[in-house]
Amino acid sequence: MTNPLAIFIGMALINNFVLVKFLGLCPFFGVSKKLSNALSMGLAVTFVMFAASAVIWPIHNYILVNLNAEYLSTVVYILVIATLVQIMELVIMRTNYALYSAFGIYLALITTNCAVLGVTLVNTSEGFNFIESLVSALGAGTGFALVLVIMSGIRERLDNARLPKSMKGLPVAFLVAALLGLAFSGFSGMV
Amino acid sequence: MANWIKEFVKGLVLSNPIFVMALGLCPALAVTNSLDNAIGMSGAVIFVLLCSNVLVSLLRTWVANIVRIPTFIVIIATFVTIISLTFEAYVPALYQSLGIYLPLIVVNCIILGRAEAFASRNRISLAVADALGMGIGFMLATCIISSIRETLGSGELALFGNTLFSIPVLNEHPISLFLLPAGAFLVIGLLLAFFRRVGLIKND
Repeated sequence: MTNPLAIFIGMALINNFVLVKFLGLCPFFGVSKKLSNALSMGLAVTFVMFAASAVIWPIHNYILVNLNAEYLSTVVYILVIATLVQIMELVIMRTNYALYSAFGIYLALITTNCAVLGVTLVNTSEGFNFIESLVSALGAGTGFALVLVIMSGIRERLDNARLPKSMKGLPVAFLVAALLGLAFSGFSGMV
Repeated sequence: MANWIKEFVKGLVLSNPIFVMALGLCPALAVTNSLDNAIGMSGAVIFVLLCSNVLVSLLRTWVANIVRIPTFIVIIATFVTIISLTFEAYVPALYQSLGIYLPLIVVNCIILGRAEAFASRNRISLAVADALGMGIGFMLATCIISSIRETLGSGELALFGNTLFSIPVLNEHPISLFLLPAGAFLVIGLLLAFFRRVGLIKND
């Protein structure tokens, strides 16, 4: 078994989902305008990633592999994620309304977030066992939340900067992401 | 006929999925490290977009409104499975280099977005035009990004193994930053700013 810490750091920093693997870019640019929203979104994504990995690992290894139906994995994964997100939204709404109002609206957006499907696909292709899958989901989610929070902090400041008109908004956000990506490439080779 | 052309042309420039609507950015950045990958990815996206738009448009009166999104996702996932099995069988090298980004077409916002916003409300001929326009717009954008990245990042541009051109000094000392993830953000950010400056895209 690979060292869990190595998997965690690998997923969170070295192969950061947003800056290195380009997964979950839509929320990265869409929800990173305010720090508080970014934090909620990051936590919601981490939560869904963890739950999705926990549910999909047994489904893949005990049902799909036994039936020799691994080619169906894309269809099955996305259905499981969509159902899971719906159930979680209902459960959180009924049990903890404060939590629901904190990240309820983001849950609906998460179904089509490629980072969640991405982490389950990576778990399968790396051949992780159950515990390793959970650790890698936590790592990926933490990395996503970290970058989202950093980005939103920078973008809150950028609002006050004097920029050329054509650079405002999305273009400058891409350039900031490029600099962040360069910084994160310093982590490569750490493990 | 005029409608057909209008729906086709809008995807190319005016509402280009990547540069204007900023949809489907994940593949646009991830697979644009070489022109071959960009073309392969675009081919897969065009196939899935076309098939799902056609099917969604055909089924639009049959699918209950409340289950439409899950239905669209299952339709899209089916076509993605078909194209990834096809790639695995006939172009294994491309399949390897596209990696997890091929199954990830399922959650590409362009495809679900077109199914929801266009195909589920329009007749089949318009849905085909829309899919082709958006698909070719996607291809155009990824080809521009990947040509720039490959040329600067390796000093030469190759298409299916044939070198198109090679820049003398640059091919010995390539700027490998452009092949790194950071280079993808840099190129797309500067292109976006450039297109806005010359007025091809409106400021938001």
